[in-house]
Amino acid sequence: MTDMSAANGRHPMTGNELSGEAAGGMERHDYDVVVVGAGGAGLRAAIAAHEAGARTAIVCKSLLGKAHTVMAEGGIAAAMGNRWPEDNWEVHFRDTMRGGKMLNNWRMAQLHAQEAPERVQELEDWGALFDRTDDGLISQRDFGGHKYARLAHVGDRTGLEMIRTLQQRAVALGIDVFMECTVTDVFRDGDKVAGAFAYWRESGRFIVFDAPSVILATGGIGKSFKVTSNSWEYTGDGHALAMRAGASLINMEFVQFHPTGMVWPPSVKGLLVTESVRGDGGILKNSEGKRFMFDYIPEFFRAETADTVEEADAWYDDKKNNRRPPELLPRDEVARAINSEIKAGRGTPHGGIYLDIASRRTPEFIRKRLPSMYHQFKELADVDITAEPMEIGPTCHYVMGGVEVDADTQESAVTGLYAVGECSGGMHGSNRLGGNSLGDLLVFGKRAGEHASTYAASLAGARPRVDEADVRAAQASALAPFEVEGGENPYTIQSDLQQSMNDLVGIIRTRAELEESLDAIEVFKQRAATMVVEGHRQYNPGWHLALDLRNMLIVSECIARAALAREESRGGHTRDDFPGPDPEWGTKNLVVNLNEAGTGVDLHEKPLPEMPEELKGYFA
Amino acid sequence: MSYVLKLRIWRGDKDGGEVKDYPVEVSEGEVVLDAIHRVQGTQAGDLAVRWNCKAGKCGSCSAEVNGRPRLMCMCRLSDFAEDETITVTPMRTFPVIRDLVTDVSFNYEKAKQLPSAQLGPRDPDGKRRMAQVDVERGQEFRKCIECFLCQDVCHVVRDHEDNKESFAGPRFFLRYAELDMHPLDTHDRRELAQGAAGLGMCNITKCCTEVCPEGIKITDNAIIPMKERVVDKKFDPLVWLGDKIGLRNKDNEGRTEP
Repeated sequence: MTDMSAANGRHPMTGNELSGEAAGGMERHDYDVVVVGAGGAGLRAAIAAHEAGARTAIVCKSLLGKAHTVMAEGGIAAAMGNRWPEDNWEVHFRDTMRGGKMLNNWRMAQLHAQEAPERVQELEDWGALFDRTDDGLISQRDFGGHKYARLAHVGDRTGLEMIRTLQQRAVALGIDVFMECTVTDVFRDGDKVAGAFAYWRESGRFIVFDAPSVILATGGIGKSFKVTSNSWEYTGDGHALAMRAGASLINMEFVQFHPTGMVWPPSVKGLLVTESVRGDGGILKNSEGKRFMFDYIPEFFRAETADTVEEADAWYDDKKNNRRPPELLPRDEVARAINSEIKAGRGTPHGGIYLDIASRRTPEFIRKRLPSMYHQFKELADVDITAEPMEIGPTCHYVMGGVEVDADTQESAVTGLYAVGECSGGMHGSNRLGGNSLGDLLVFGKRAGEHASTYAASLAGARPRVDEADVRAAQASALAPFEVEGGENPYTIQSDLQQSMNDLVGIIRTRAELEESLDAIEVFKQRAATMVVEGHRQYNPGWHLALDLRNMLIVSECIARAALAREESRGGHTRDDFPGPDPEWGTKNLVVNLNEAGTGVDLHEKPLPEMPEELKGYFA
Repeated sequence: MSYVLKLRIWRGDKDGGEVKDYPVEVSEGEVVLDAIHRVQGTQAGDLAVRWNCKAGKCGSCSAEVNGRPRLMCMCRLSDFAEDETITVTPMRTFPVIRDLVTDVSFNYEKAKQLPSAQLGPRDPDGKRRMAQVDVERGQEFRKCIECFLCQDVCHVVRDHEDNKESFAGPRFFLRYAELDMHPLDTHDRRELAQGAAGLGMCNITKCCTEVCPEGIKITDNAIIPMKERVVDKKFDPLVWLGDKIGLRNKDNEGRTEP
């Protein structure tokens, strides 16, 4: 390597001091705000914190620019009104609440709808190149559950555009980035955050961050399931860090299974097929060639959904006089319908159903609007989506549940601990609409960054201090997997957990299976207590997985326990033994905490925050 | 359906290493990264490899497969004969950290040296207007997933460590071109592209274009037009005269030097 920045004696990419001469072989850094995670939410939060004057660090498990946001395809939902001047925040707010089956935190849904347009414009200020309307404005596309074409997009690679824009902004501002660095503990001083503990993946050495504000932006939990669209990083780190620090999670029973994941070849099973395929005219058919979604229109959406093929097809060009096609119902509805068709024996040869855009749009249109999908199917499945239908099936995609936070500041129950993006809870209620995730990252990323910065500044000299005993404990805990002999390797336990969650806590749930899953999780916990890792601490994926697996286990238990408690079906939680929604359950959240012993999960009910009268009017 | 793949993987660190045999069972439809993961899960738990999306979208799992720079997640086993040996080695242009993981900090350093987009004020209604046809040029370049395979294959730095200081590489020429073609950007980075980034050192052999997993025409659409734009500025007599007599500090498109 050239020694471009070795002048300061540090590794040029990671900033790492490899000397080992620091006290205890440990690095120590002092910041106002430490952001854990460098996807859309983390980067936006860091930019906001930096601009508010805070000394800010971004700490991320992968290289900068590789976070899961890069996979987002469809777009950013924001009522900019570029295609439909009738669109405004009130319509977006209503769509979001109805999509979440009214279980959303109303204030978050409101703030999101109001602030998303400006957050999108901001990306353009920083260099993003969105697709345009004929008038030269940012184009907006149709998506499930959104009344108007509302998603700002760049072909079907919007997430890549978003993360690159934010990454380039963060680099331009000179924000410190600790890449390939994993946070394993959040430290407290009394009831306040004091800092965080992390290890470098490259060297295995430890770092202590002294910081009064920690923003968790670690994404989701999909790696607890076998069939998922999520990357290896999605091990519920932020969820688990928050619980261990004393914060609570809400809505953990609500897991979104995206209706359209690839089903073949096996190695890409679960890989996402964007909802834009349907937004741009694609339809779902079973093995008998039937467009089956018309059979699955729920009462809740009947008034706004087309019930004939003619009306559905006319909607794409004339939204005023036609209702939406049933393929564009919210994701939970479509995923359940697909699941039913497959179970009824009307699936495709590889166990999915058909998603057909080839017979509906020209090859030119498809290649222009869906370039990544075209490429993905061509390269990985030998399927030309301009000529033949895709085979797809549901895949674990997103967790609505997350850290319980204050809507305006994103602060958790622990002072100085914030959560934003997928690892926070409330915004999406029981089901997230497509396009609302990217908006969520931007709107609440900015809010969290600003509030974390303000709080840190307010402390002046009276900062919480990291207790050295906590540092020693964190280090011992991280090294524990090396101390064991004769146990299993973490890959086997992870794989068994994924299979178990897929089979027992999947898209359709029952009491018996959920109880079985909780028993299984107890056994996994015991196995994990004695797992072993081979090799040494330098870039050792086995060790990294062993540490992540603890988070996956605790989060899996949260999901199963909340799913067992909620005896109704709503959004991303479907109980075969309680098939309908229950109005009583519609008034409360389930809250989970780490139990006293730190070995399991406690659960209690909590009333939903009540919407003010003026907002209730939108749902009359 | 399944067979035992003759897989060989480079194991080692900055002090050296060697290619080792890892025969592993693979099945229909799998890619090289699947085989690597199976080795990790069953034979070598500490095998170091970078990956994230496993869908060709994040650009993390870059390596050399039988000597060719590839994304391991997009490298299908069906492209090889079943009795063929597949050898996976780390990217050669970057220093090894461990096994298949290399130190790609060169790229992050170069990114820091590049002035980012600087747009003028928004339109009076708070929005911006650009024609689709104008954003499409930059959009092609923004498809880049930063896998750094173009940097790896580029012979200016592949076997010439000493060139790294003064050469940013194809990935960043792409970025210079993207910003230069941005309809609303106000900065002129041509001087910088030629000087600090070493655009002139590229002799357009198109190796970068060949390995790009996104199919971006790096040489034809970014590097060559960028070279032409630099030349335009350098030898435009009006520009030269204007600079000389201090009458103009802006180029003919109204941009200023950063």
